Amino acid sequence: MVWLQAGSCGGCTMAAIEHGATGWFGELKAFDVDLLWHPSLSEETGDEALAILDSVANGETPLDLLCIEGSLLRGPDGSGLFNRFGGSGRTMLDWVRRIAPRARYCVAVGSCAAYGGIPAGAPNPTDACGLQYEGAFPGGALGEDFRSRSGLPVINVAGCAPHPGWIIETIAALRMDDFAADDLDALGRPKFYAKTLAHHGCERNEYYEFKASAEKLSDLGCLMEHLGCKATQAVGDCNQRGWNGSGSCTHGGYPCIACTSPGFEATRSFLETPTVGGIPVNLPLDMPKAWFVALAALSKSATPKRVSQNATSDRVVQEPRRAKGPEA
Amino acid sequence: MTRTVVGPFNRVEGDLEVALEIEDGRIASAEVTTTLYRGYEQLLGGRTPLDALVIAPRVCGICSVSQSIAAATALRELAGGQAVDNGILAANIAHAAENVADHLTHFYLFFMPDFARAEYSDRRWSEATTKRFKAVSGEAAREVLPARRRLLEMMGVLAGKWPHSLAFQPGGTTRAVGMGERVQLLGLVAEFQTFLEGALFGVALDDILALENVGELDAFAAGPGRASDFAAFLRIAADLRLEAAGCGPGPLMSFGAYHGVAGPLFARGLRAGDEVLPVDAAAIGEDVAHSWMRESAAHPFEAETIPAAQKPGAYSWAKAPRYCGKAAEVGAFARQAVDGHPLILDLLRCDGASTVRGRVVARMIEVAILTHALGGWLRALRLKDAFCHQLEIPPEGRAAGLVEAARGALGHWVVARDGVIARYQIIAPTTWNFSPRDASGRPGPLEGALGGLEVGALGARAPIVQHVVRSFDPCMVCTAH
Repeated sequence: MVWLQAGSCGGCTMAAIEHGATGWFGELKAFDVDLLWHPSLSEETGDEALAILDSVANGETPLDLLCIEGSLLRGPDGSGLFNRFGGSGRTMLDWVRRIAPRARYCVAVGSCAAYGGIPAGAPNPTDACGLQYEGAFPGGALGEDFRSRSGLPVINVAGCAPHPGWIIETIAALRMDDFAADDLDALGRPKFYAKTLAHHGCERNEYYEFKASAEKLSDLGCLMEHLGCKATQAVGDCNQRGWNGSGSCTHGGYPCIACTSPGFEATRSFLETPTVGGIPVNLPLDMPKAWFVALAALSKSATPKRVSQNATSDRVVQEPRRAKGPEA
Repeated sequence: MTRTVVGPFNRVEGDLEVALEIEDGRIASAEVTTTLYRGYEQLLGGRTPLDALVIAPRVCGICSVSQSIAAATALRELAGGQAVDNGILAANIAHAAENVADHLTHFYLFFMPDFARAEYSDRRWSEATTKRFKAVSGEAAREVLPARRRLLEMMGVLAGKWPHSLAFQPGGTTRAVGMGERVQLLGLVAEFQTFLEGALFGVALDDILALENVGELDAFAAGPGRASDFAAFLRIAADLRLEAAGCGPGPLMSFGAYHGVAGPLFARGLRAGDEVLPVDAAAIGEDVAHSWMRESAAHPFEAETIPAAQKPGAYSWAKAPRYCGKAAEVGAFARQAVDGHPLILDLLRCDGASTVRGRVVARMIEVAILTHALGGWLRALRLKDAFCHQLEIPPEGRAAGLVEAARGALGHWVVARDGVIARYQIIAPTTWNFSPRDASGRPGPLEGALGGLEVGALGARAPIVQHVVRSFDPCMVCTAH
């Protein structure tokens, strides 16, 4: 495996090495992945590193996995000069285009490498894009028709940063050749984590059901109605596995910003829900608007006092107990 | 005179290129090039100010919390309000956990592996060092990565996730910590302390906190702590004379860190010689004479960031921050020198400057100080009180958030107009340390520290070049952002 950093913040590497009881290196070893070169972790530097990468680019050293982290920067004026690869006299764009066809599998680690990510936000000062996408549109640095040696397109481990599990599980499944085209969703994301919504398993689900909404950050209530939460529209098993042990964005008290989605960076006012006539513009992914409005009205009228009171507090102020009859 | 371009300069967080002119086995001059520009200041313009809390942390996935806290601090200053006490403490806890994780990652994964290089195979410490610290395969990584992972589980409790959390707001933090969670967090700190008292220090944390001078440090390394990783470094440093390598030209600057109701844990100031002066934020400016940037005003409240890739004489995407025209060095050594830590002041006295050894020692001392502080902050949380309140961001105004990241002084300057960001400027720690020359030809701190360095027959390939560069713990993704 070779790992390269393009227009990145380094956060995907930081996330990757969070994983594993014996550390990330131990996990790679357990899955028989040999790390040929990684910019943050390998000993080889300068000429030694360039020799490894040249040998891969020339086809002398076979490559199973190429992981790219960071947006591909095409600017200024198509030159790629916003991201030169130190000491090589070449741009990272050039290196990626040389090495990617040699790889059996090509993995975009993070939403930047997948779709462009934050650097591709308006006014996209560096002409940033993903490996095989420009936002939600096929294309990007390698082009729509690119296939790695396995015949698969780029595998997009989207997320900003992705869950460490998404990264190692993708790498290990590829190493085991346990990956086919139909294991990817329509935007190239592994279905093992992209087949559910970030909303699924959210600890605020009772508040969601009753439309008992948080009014300000740190409130316990549902973050969708007022505070910009997109967990009902974004893919991810974010609330079905712990982040850094026990966390997730909504657990942390702030909204999902749909960081697994192409174009998430285009949002304006991340912490507010855009509404028309009091109805959120963006409704749960596959829910008809009329039903949403009708059910919301019904559930709001049925909200237990406990739920509505807790929703606008930063801790539980009303504990659950029987509505009528003797107390448990 | 030969000119050699060294790159990709890896294990530095991001990418780096260094051009060295070498004469008679000595570096005559160095040019430090930041090779990546992503345009974060341009991306922030025109957005609603609170969106900075989403965008700014993504400047850097390594010091993401520091970037969040700088943005939240700038917005809090803009609002003219205060965060609630619990919010300040919770932010300090997350910030310190990140800072410690950064120092640990630097020591074990970025810095020490250079001593396992084949060039050192004739040294008596080579075999043991290779076994322990070799990149990727060394045994230390098998202990330190899980310890780091467990430490960062504090983020899951406090901040949802790491890197890139929205928990850090102008008015506090978004998750109220409960009684059980405080115990979980204290448990994680205790577990991490056990790792430190085993592998890294080999003695009780209190014994590291008590070190006051170089004599005591040497006694620790030769005595009770001799089996520790820190002592292994100190012995190598003595053998390779790292106390005389990579001397920073100074001055040393810190914006002060871990601000609280009773003032910061580490003081703000500028150390020049024996004096510590207050930092005058108006004296900060960025020079772009050798940057691929169009000329603009110097002060971040007035400056623009407009790339100019073909600019003659330019060699870096980084601007050159200067304080009263001087290239200040920032980082753990500067922070502790400004705060007056007795051991760091003794190192400064003995070595005459910041050096490779001093920078690494300062980081290890901070690991101990901050791990100790974590327990105190956790116990100080008042669990029945709020963690966050709302601050109204005014549509017009300007403010700065001056904080410390692990790697040194970090500033965000925001100007709001008509309810949106009219200007956003960031000066990151490595922008200071790895700045290019300015209009007067004054080199940046690393350029200065490399100048005059003896490299012998190996020239640019001499490992001492690697040690000097990495002793700053550069974060190149932050540098030009």
